[in-house]
Amino acid sequence: MKYIILLCLSLITTPVFAQSSDELATLRGGAISDEIKTARIAKVENYDIKRKRAYPMQPPTIPHKIDGYQVDLRVNRCMACHSRRVTQATQAPMVSVTHYMDRDGNFLADVSPRRYFCQQCHVVQTDANPLLVNEFVDIDELLRAESAGDQ
Amino acid sequence: MKTTRRDFVRANAVATAAAAAGITLPAATNAMITTDNKLKWAKAPCRFCGTGCSMNVATRDNRVVATHGDIKSEVNKGLACVKGYFLSKIMYGEDRLQQPLLRMKDGNYDKEGEFTPISWDQAFDIMEEKFKKALKEKGPRGVGMFGSGQWTVWEGYAAAKLYKAGFLSNNIDPNARHCMASAVVGFMRTFGIDEPMGCYDDMEHADAFVLWGSNMAEMHPILWTRITDRRLSNPHVKVSVLSTFEHRSFELADLPIVFTPQSDLAILNYIANYIIQTDQVNTDFVNKHVNFRKGNTDIGYGLRPEHPLEVKAANNADAGGSSPMSFEEFAEFVADYDAKTVSKMSGVPVNKLQELGELYADPNVRVMSLWTMGFNQHTRGVWANNMVYNIHLLTGKISTPGNSPFSLTGQPSACGTAREVGTFSHRLPADMVVTNPEHRQITEKKWKLPDGLIPDWVGSHAVQQNRDLKDGKINAYWVQVNNNVQAAPNLNQETLPGYRNPDNFIVVSEAYPTVTAQAADLILPTAMWVEKEGAYGNAERRTQFWHQMVTAPGESRSDLWQLVQFSKRFKTDEVWPEEILSANEEFRGKTLFEVLYANGQVDKYPVSDIETGYDNQESEELGFYLQKGLFEEYASFGRGKAHDLADFDTYHAERGLRWPVVDGQETKWRFKEGSDPYTRPGSDFDFYGKPDGKAVIFALPFEPAAEVPDEEYDLWLSTGRVLEHWHSGSMTQRVPELHKAVPHALVYMNPNDAKKRSLRRGDEVKVISRRGEMLSRVETRGRNKPPEGLIFVPWFDAGRLINKVTLDATDPMSKETDFKKCAVKVEKA
Repeated sequence: MKYIILLCLSLITTPVFAQSSDELATLRGGAISDEIKTARIAKVENYDIKRKRAYPMQPPTIPHKIDGYQVDLRVNRCMACHSRRVTQATQAPMVSVTHYMDRDGNFLADVSPRRYFCQQCHVVQTDANPLLVNEFVDIDELLRAESAGDQ
Repeated sequence: MKTTRRDFVRANAVATAAAAAGITLPAATNAMITTDNKLKWAKAPCRFCGTGCSMNVATRDNRVVATHGDIKSEVNKGLACVKGYFLSKIMYGEDRLQQPLLRMKDGNYDKEGEFTPISWDQAFDIMEEKFKKALKEKGPRGVGMFGSGQWTVWEGYAAAKLYKAGFLSNNIDPNARHCMASAVVGFMRTFGIDEPMGCYDDMEHADAFVLWGSNMAEMHPILWTRITDRRLSNPHVKVSVLSTFEHRSFELADLPIVFTPQSDLAILNYIANYIIQTDQVNTDFVNKHVNFRKGNTDIGYGLRPEHPLEVKAANNADAGGSSPMSFEEFAEFVADYDAKTVSKMSGVPVNKLQELGELYADPNVRVMSLWTMGFNQHTRGVWANNMVYNIHLLTGKISTPGNSPFSLTGQPSACGTAREVGTFSHRLPADMVVTNPEHRQITEKKWKLPDGLIPDWVGSHAVQQNRDLKDGKINAYWVQVNNNVQAAPNLNQETLPGYRNPDNFIVVSEAYPTVTAQAADLILPTAMWVEKEGAYGNAERRTQFWHQMVTAPGESRSDLWQLVQFSKRFKTDEVWPEEILSANEEFRGKTLFEVLYANGQVDKYPVSDIETGYDNQESEELGFYLQKGLFEEYASFGRGKAHDLADFDTYHAERGLRWPVVDGQETKWRFKEGSDPYTRPGSDFDFYGKPDGKAVIFALPFEPAAEVPDEEYDLWLSTGRVLEHWHSGSMTQRVPELHKAVPHALVYMNPNDAKKRSLRRGDEVKVISRRGEMLSRVETRGRNKPPEGLIFVPWFDAGRLINKVTLDATDPMSKETDFKKCAVKVEKA
């Protein structure tokens, strides 16, 4: 059964044929000595639409612009909407309960200082297109493929 | 409440998004129903930086499906940065290399040919031919290898053995040369033994943190969470951040300091002077535990010998030389570095200098200093390391909780592999060196090899290897686990002409088609991270293991498999001198595989020792537990020599242990009696790396950078990383979420500098140096805020190669490149 899944997955992979030596580096797309015209600076997606997570523990990406947000010793602008105190008014998602735990797993009265700098895990997404396909398979797809194989 | 634009968007978005994804909302709720939803979880250290977070990796059906921070790990206690969370996707770029590729024309190898799939046998055939030809024509100096601080411990060890004891060539160096070499020489000069005395626990004890040129918020994010936790939970704690430009770490700074490039040397001496002038020297500590020496000056810049800067450098040949001096003489030496003078040199206001000086001088403040590339990638990088130790030694703020000069590491196993295993061109395991006959003898004995086998000459270091390739001195060259065509300085004038030199055959082991692979002649498809069993050693001396969890795609094989299999292609008769063979007849006619790996030590553990439930491709093929044998042979070098590692199986069970591990106990603070078993009784502190147990304070001056902005090239260029990408981006740029977060390397510039050049944000520009130019776009509002006169450009972007611009000047002692300082101009494209 598992072999069938493996076979299906391996078919997705593109075989490699002889290729031009100047086009090998997929992320560059040109000779090393050439200079390649650059795309404009990508714009941050600002639609406020939640994106699917690749797996449940993945930190959600930020679905809006954060230009000029102050997060420093004095202020954390993100918490102005995502703090437990204000989410009823803002309807923004409350920071995860894991963020209330200290290093030893004890729940604190407020968000743990070690989670203070949000952008270490949560990042915006620009309108830049992915450079190539990533063949990571979502666990739901794997399970579906398994149960299809069982029938 | 007023309806905002955002509320409106939100109300409509849900339905739109659901429709776009082709699902009706209620149907999605059925997805949970399944009979078996178990995942197999196992631990592995993160693939990226030197922090060494432990990750939990979930697999199912031979695929990695999720990764998150390991709650049982002391390093990260359940946290991971955004890169760590997306580890689950790094192996699945659609362009994974799956077959060996050789440049061919009309069915034969041709340097100008197109990459063509071949078998492993054919790949080893051509490699064998080219390596044997180079060895025959040029001897052992004609072959070389460039390895990595991302090699697993046993990969680095197997490679060092193959080169140093197989090909008898010390032309093997890791990319850690670009990264940690100055730190290593700094440790050896001051303490006589490598790697930090303290550990990450210092972060929960310090009252002050001083970042010297380090941007931990982006480059060591999980350690930054520990410092943030300490700072925000304890209002008395102070954070000072020093850099040549403002960056994210400044968000936590109580004492932010932007200084003129290279003037860090002057600020360090100012602090030493401040401590002395304010009478806050810990005299008792200094008298008992410290020697003073005056280092040689005017030591050059590691450029090619004919460069004018090298010709005029007086102490080019003896950069590491020094002579004894007294405390009084040292005090007089640093007296020149008074607040007014240093303020003028550095552009830092006098009151800020004083405030910083007092943090270090106040005996009641426990200080942790932290640095990485700002000090190490510096033409006076060894000095900068020595000078920060000066300050901690003058005050005795060392080796106790919270008192910690801490050299952070860039790569996941720069410590564990590059440094501890000794894969540098001058090194052997456990801090030993090839130039010491006793060290060579110890090594030959442990390796069960003939006396006098290991060469005594220092091989070519990273930058020298590229020069040797260009000059046709190294003709057969193997690159593993790094992307040096994107990393090494002065790409146009040194690296690329070297790789494409028709005399040379370049082999690159890679998981993905990088620019280094593109510059190669033969590409070997390579297993990565949890596709093989591995071990890394992080910045706090913590050794961590992981199992093979999934199968590598196609014909990919680990670097270890490649090294060991290739060794079967050589007989001792072909690579060792006749006098060694005639004196040791039992070695004659044997393959390098037999004498290096099937030597009765490396092959003594059965495959049945592999933990149930895990595969091990290399060992199952060979019939013995290769990784265990290599590790145990290697560990025998350090046991009893203050580098003690635990036994192999322990590491698979533990979330890592910090060496020396003595009687099952790890060591948190070295050199302090009571916490380090190697200190002599009654010593209190014992810097036992030095014969008299005393550390060294070095008198070293300010000397200028190799290249300084002038009228034409009027800006400083600093390069570096960003949070979302690891090194050259070959893994992270293939993760859609990370790519979309930071898609391209931009030129971070001060708005006034942009205005002066009639540039606006987003304009396409050329960054031009005396060596080359690259195209990018101007960013005046981003996360990095340079002062006027300096730009910052990250190096993760294969499409925008900033190393065409960078200068191949190095620290003359460590041979590490200064990637933080050269002169450029910026023009509208």
